[in-house]
Amino acid sequence: MLNCKEAARLVSEGMDRKLGLGERLSLGLHLALCRGCRHFRRQADFLRTACRYHPSGATRPEEK
Amino acid sequence: MPMGHATAEAISPDGGHASQLEAIRSDMLRFALLQLRDKPAAEDAVQEALAAAWEGLGRFDGRGSFKSWVYAILRYKIIDRIRQRSREPIAEIDPGAGFDALFDRRGFWLPEERPADWGDPLQELENAQFWRIFDACLNRLPKGTARVFMMREFLGLETGEICQELGMKANHCWVVLHRARMGLRLCLESDWFESGRGGYVEL
Ligand SMILES: [Zn+2]
Repeated sequence: MLNCKEAARLVSEGMDRKLGLGERLSLGLHLALCRGCRHFRRQADFLRTACRYHPSGATRPEEK
Repeated sequence: MPMGHATAEAISPDGGHASQLEAIRSDMLRFALLQLRDKPAAEDAVQEALAAAWEGLGRFDGRGSFKSWVYAILRYKIIDRIRQRSREPIAEIDPGAGFDALFDRRGFWLPEERPADWGDPLQELENAQFWRIFDACLNRLPKGTARVFMMREFLGLETGEICQELGMKANHCWVVLHRARMGLRLCLESDWFESGRGGYVEL
């Protein structure tokens, strides 16, 4: 089973490349069991959203 | 440059773009400065983008927002500058430094380092205080790490394009992006989400 360090790394890489089937399965299993890594994933998603809607950028949430 | 002629805006045949340019200039500067971390370079990029927008007004077809169009030009100008600098190596990548301390020997989160529940963080997007912390956290990332991260998340480039521009191997890019996210979330968690969300933090 993945440890958290590896799981967090895969969460992140999953945002930048398509994960392989094996990677997705083992990450899914880890996330089902680990609240810390689930939080990490939500945080990483939020970072992406935040960057997209940064007030200095061209897009605001209401313009979605 | 014919900008700043606000009086002409109401009757100008270009539909008031001159005053719009003026109004978004400071946003553009903040956007460029966060990414380039070099004020003269950021000012140049913005100036060039505005000049190009002004000259190309005839090509703006009116679909989509004017601001998005100017930003599309600004993105090119920022990438140009990053490309010019990409010969400077991203030196500060020291594998393992920093984040190992968050995990136990088997690689599981230490209890006190486990990422917290941020609740519904989307409501922070309307909070100016939050953005001050966010920018401070971005600026605290090592320069090269931040550059890769912002090419990905601010400029929306694919990892392959970033690697190519910066002459990095793909694997290296992913590691750097992960480190940026780890650093940014750690900073936001300690300086915002677990410190009263700006409620009683004197800035
Ligand atoms: Zn975990």
